[in-house]
Amino acid sequence: MLQSDAPPLRRWLGGAVGPPRHFWGARTSVAFTDLVAGTSLGCRLGALEGRSVLLATRNQLTAALAMIELDGIARRLVICPPGVPQDHLRAIVATAEVDAIVTDCSSPDPSAPDPHTLGIPLHAECRTTIEPQHDLPMGSRQTEWVLLTSGTTGVPKLVSHTVASLTAPIKAAAGAPVWGTFYDIRRYGGLQIFLRAVVGGGSLILSSAGEPVADHLARLAAHGVTHLSGTPSHWWRVLMGPAARTIAPRYVRLSGEIADQSMLDNLRAVYPQAGLGHAYASTEAGVGFEVDDGLEGFPAHFVDDGNGDVDVKIVGASLWLRSARTAARYIGTDVPALTDSEGFVDTGDIVERRGERYYFVGRKDGIINVGGLKVHPEEVEAAINRHALVWGSLVKSRKSPITGAIVVADVVLKASPDGAGADSGPRLVDLEREIIDACRRDLAPYKVPAMIRFVPALPMSATGKLLRHA
Amino acid sequence: MSIQLTVISEIEKIAAQHQKKLAPLNRDTVLMNSGLDSLCFAVLVARLEDRLGVDPFSASEDVSFPVTLGDFVRVYENAAK
Repeated sequence: MLQSDAPPLRRWLGGAVGPPRHFWGARTSVAFTDLVAGTSLGCRLGALEGRSVLLATRNQLTAALAMIELDGIARRLVICPPGVPQDHLRAIVATAEVDAIVTDCSSPDPSAPDPHTLGIPLHAECRTTIEPQHDLPMGSRQTEWVLLTSGTTGVPKLVSHTVASLTAPIKAAAGAPVWGTFYDIRRYGGLQIFLRAVVGGGSLILSSAGEPVADHLARLAAHGVTHLSGTPSHWWRVLMGPAARTIAPRYVRLSGEIADQSMLDNLRAVYPQAGLGHAYASTEAGVGFEVDDGLEGFPAHFVDDGNGDVDVKIVGASLWLRSARTAARYIGTDVPALTDSEGFVDTGDIVERRGERYYFVGRKDGIINVGGLKVHPEEVEAAINRHALVWGSLVKSRKSPITGAIVVADVVLKASPDGAGADSGPRLVDLEREIIDACRRDLAPYKVPAMIRFVPALPMSATGKLLRHA
Repeated sequence: MSIQLTVISEIEKIAAQHQKKLAPLNRDTVLMNSGLDSLCFAVLVARLEDRLGVDPFSASEDVSFPVTLGDFVRVYENAAK
C-alpha cells in the first residue's frame, strides 16, 4: 500500500475520524492524541536525530512509543526483542554501528542492557507518560529498520527493512480495528500487527510476557478486540481455556507456524462470525501471502500465476519469494546475500504439491519450529551425544496439533546397556530419562526431546553424513 | 489401565520432567489451570498417541475442544471407540 517515500509513522497517529485510538499495555495505556504533540523520550528526541539507535526496552508499550517517535528521526533503528544475551548485544552494537540506546529503566537493572558496558555514548529513557512538546522535530529521513533473525544458533543476523517494505503487505482496513496479538511486537510477526494498527487507523492491545492467558483474554475482551493474531500454539491455549468465547473478533489470524486443518476447523467452530486467515511470512522475505479460504496450505495458482505483487517460485521443493515486502539485505561484512540474482529470497520451507494446492512439509535445513521457536537439530544432537553410552543420534521433528512440531530423537547406543536382552526394557526407560534430564540441563525446554527411540543404526549417506530427510 | 489413568499418569510424568507444579487433578480441573503449558500438552498428546494409538486432535473429524480434564479424557475415550 505504501510506497518507498512512506511518511514517518507519527503522521498516521491523528487525522482519522472515529473512536479514540490507544496502545493498551497490561498495566497502562497511551492515547495516540497525546503522542501527536508529545514525546515519551523526554527532551532526548532531538539528540537521537541521525543516530543508529538500539531499541532495548523491557516493555512492549515503551517499544511501541519509541518506534513511532524514532521513525523518520533515527538513521537506523535496531529493534531488540527480549532475551538477547549480552555477548550477542555487543556484536549487534558493533555490526549496526549503534551510537545511541533507548531503554525504559532509569535505575540500574542487571538484566537490562547497560549502555556503559556496551560502549554506547548516548542513552535515552522512554516512559509511558507523554510530555507535551511543541517543537517536535519533524522527521523526514528514511529510517532503516533492523530486525533480528530468530533461527540462528549464534549471533542473530541483522535484517534491513524500511517502513515501506514493512507496510507493503498492509491493505486499508474497514472501520477502526482494535488489534490484539499474542506475539511480541519486536519480532516480524508482531511488528506486522503493530503497523497494521498504526497505519490502519486502529488501536492495539499488547501482550505481556508471563501474563496468564485468562487475564490477557479479559483485557482483549474489555477493550473490544476486533482483529486478533497469534500462532497455532497461541490459539491452542486460548481454545483450551474456559474464556475462549468471551471475545468475539471479526478477524482471526494465524502466522508464525504452519496452520493445519484441525486448528483452522476449531477456530471456525469457536468463532463462526470471524474472517479466518493464515499468513505466511519470514523476517527476510516479508509477508508472502495470506490465505483466507479456511484451508491449510496455499493455492497452486500463487506459484503458477504469481500472487498479486508477490512472485513465488519453487526451486528443489523450497519456496522462494520476491516482492516489495522483502528485506534489502543483511547488515555487516562477511554476510551472505539475502536474495538470488533475480531478487528472490529462499525461505528454506519445503512444499509439496497435491492437486491444486501446495502444502508445507518441513524445513530444508532440518530446523524444527516448536510453537514459533526454532530448534537446530545439531544442537540437540550434541547434547544427547555427550552421554557416555550414546554412539550417535538423529533429532527430528514430530508433527504436533498444538505446537506445530515437537522434538524427538533416534539414538544409537555404543553397546547394549547392562543386562541386554529380553529384560533390557526397564534399563532403556532409565536411560531415556537420564538422557532427557541431561538435555534439560543444557537446553531450553522447547529443545529437549519429548521422547527417544533407541534404534540399531542411523541413516547415513555414502559420504557418511546423517540423512535428515530419509 | 483405563484411559483416564493413562492420561493422568502421563500428565504427572510430564509435569515432573518439566518441573511444573500440578494442580490437584480431577475431572473438573480446567486444563489451562492444571499447571501444564502448551509444550507440555504437545508432549502429552504425542505420548498418548504412542500409548493409545490415536491422536484425536489431528484427526479431521470435528473435535469439540476440551476445557476440563474430564472433557480431555472423553475425547480420547470417544476416539478409541
